[in-house]
Amino acid sequence: MNHKMIESGNVAAALAVRLAGAEVIAAYPITPQTPLTEKLSQMITRGEMDAEYVAVESEHSALAVCIGAASAGSRSFTATSSNGLLYMSEQLHWAAGARLPMVMCVVNRGVGAPWSVWNDHQDAISQRDAGWIQVFAKDHQEIVDMTLKAFRLAELTHIPVMVNYDGYYLSHTYMPFELPDAADVKAFLPPYEYLHTLDPERPESLNTVTLPDARHDVNGVKRGGYMDIRHNLHEEMRLAMEVWEEIDADFQRRFGRGGAPIFDLYQCDDAEFVVVAMGTLANQFRDVVDRLRHEGIKAGVLSLQMYRPFPSSHIANLLQSAKGVMVFEKGLSYGNQGALFADLKSALYPFPARPTLHNFITGLGGREIRTEDLYQAVKTSCEPGNQSSPEQTDTPQWIGLQL
Amino acid sequence: MAYDYDKSIRPGKLPHIWCPGCGHGIVMKGLIRAMDTCELDRDNTAIVSGIGCASRLPGYLDACTLHTAHGRAAAFATGVKMAKPEMNVIVCGGDGDGTAIGGNHFIHACRRNIDMTYVIMNNYIYGMTGGQFSPCTPTGDKASTTPYGNPDPIFDISKLAIGAGATFVARTTAFHATQIDKLITEGIKHKGLAVIEVLDDCPTTYGRRNKFRSVVDMMKRLKDISVPVAAASKMTAEQLEGKTLTGILHQEDKPEYTAMYKEVIKRAGGAA
Repeated sequence: MNHKMIESGNVAAALAVRLAGAEVIAAYPITPQTPLTEKLSQMITRGEMDAEYVAVESEHSALAVCIGAASAGSRSFTATSSNGLLYMSEQLHWAAGARLPMVMCVVNRGVGAPWSVWNDHQDAISQRDAGWIQVFAKDHQEIVDMTLKAFRLAELTHIPVMVNYDGYYLSHTYMPFELPDAADVKAFLPPYEYLHTLDPERPESLNTVTLPDARHDVNGVKRGGYMDIRHNLHEEMRLAMEVWEEIDADFQRRFGRGGAPIFDLYQCDDAEFVVVAMGTLANQFRDVVDRLRHEGIKAGVLSLQMYRPFPSSHIANLLQSAKGVMVFEKGLSYGNQGALFADLKSALYPFPARPTLHNFITGLGGREIRTEDLYQAVKTSCEPGNQSSPEQTDTPQWIGLQL
Repeated sequence: MAYDYDKSIRPGKLPHIWCPGCGHGIVMKGLIRAMDTCELDRDNTAIVSGIGCASRLPGYLDACTLHTAHGRAAAFATGVKMAKPEMNVIVCGGDGDGTAIGGNHFIHACRRNIDMTYVIMNNYIYGMTGGQFSPCTPTGDKASTTPYGNPDPIFDISKLAIGAGATFVARTTAFHATQIDKLITEGIKHKGLAVIEVLDDCPTTYGRRNKFRSVVDMMKRLKDISVPVAAASKMTAEQLEGKTLTGILHQEDKPEYTAMYKEVIKRAGGAA
């Protein structure tokens, strides 16, 4: 039986983490994530959740605790935002390299300096190469469902998963959502069993110094060196897309929600122009698309949910036949262009007929994103004259600047 | 005539963000008076902070101010002092910023005995993020992350500073407004790392969770628990139970870091 409720995005995430049966939670307060872990701490102290809560002295320690807990065989969870995620950076790479299946919610916020407590995606984007799977939710129901599915994905692939959702837009707003029944979640998400659990009866050294070359261990078994281990992380991360689709199919069978785990599409069936965006920004584009459709422009929106691994062929197959694609991002790779835009462009390169591409940067540090501005940007990009020169198509255009 | 604080405040920066009843404003005024007493040239004074309510303090002051990453104020300030030893460097921050996420930088600044003044406002809580417990939340007290009481033992910030090697350590409270500027003045004049711990109150996220009915109650508590060091020497251990010593707790002369570093440069044949 499903339980319907209206709560904040942070509480939705906390309830999903409880349902998932996380056993160790370690976190450090940072806006706008804090209410999530406060809720978990409250539920644990009240005896409503059987887990250990470790209140640490920094984000670096928070992830270190999760790494220790996961190594000892516990289902672990943490959450952070912005500079907190960056402070974890060393440990992010460690968790991925050590192949520890944990889940973290990143409540997206702009990165300092200068300080900003408001939303954008630069925190997650800056950590895209750390070896974590990254998914983006755009409403409270997706926060719940993605968090549950993320634990299973992490544990099947032995790769940690970041569930991203927009600070304030989702973390602090209230929306209706459904929570699945605890017993059903238990069946969907069996207990965590890790291959290399620390066990005094069966001692192992984990993550010791590797040499440039492969070598044989004490039992004569050939063991890969650093490069081989990292190669496998990449290969298995690419395969994680398929695992994510299978998990979603199972989730849909059990709970009735799902069917579009990599990205979901709005008005894309016959679309000539497709907007690509992640998180709540994709929702905002539905209004823009409705208005353009009303004017006879065949526009649609692709809301990307899985950002790492990057679903290159899924997305390129869908977009290669479009006339124009506009990528809107709340972050960028400084000195180049939007990171998602660059990823998308490289995915489309093998195809003979490629759509014209436009890149837009918007909403950094909580700058208001006006639907009217988005409409103008898309409409202008759809005009035939605006689809040829690299200045128009390859240079990111900034929306809402107040220079 | 009223004391002229306005000349030290950056135009257009007020009102401040602190809640009614918060003691940080009392500390800020104390710092202004101390800087006036020491006749610090504001253009040659860097005030550095990290993150938290207390770390918002430098932003209101008309001086060279740096608002840095969480816990890193002491490290940034060390950089400023090393690059410009002639500058007056003051660090402001709270207990969470200074002794949790920034604890490492705090003890190493003390160990080096670099000539800076660290004003640490200890209000027993992470106020800005909504009242999570800090390393200074008294054992048994409530915070948003310890709704049924905090099991952790605390840091005594002043003892920590003395143990780590700070050569001037003093403690007062937000109640003892006039003592704040006197101790900060002594700290600024002291050659070496000076720590001034100010026990402070956070009625919003600490007080209301821990049965303080009003700000006045919190201020009374600060008054009641305080015993000047001189008076404490004449008191029995029983009388001192639950009390906190105030005044200059420790002072010694030791070589100052930037001066020693200058010597190293000279020995190595570099330009002094």
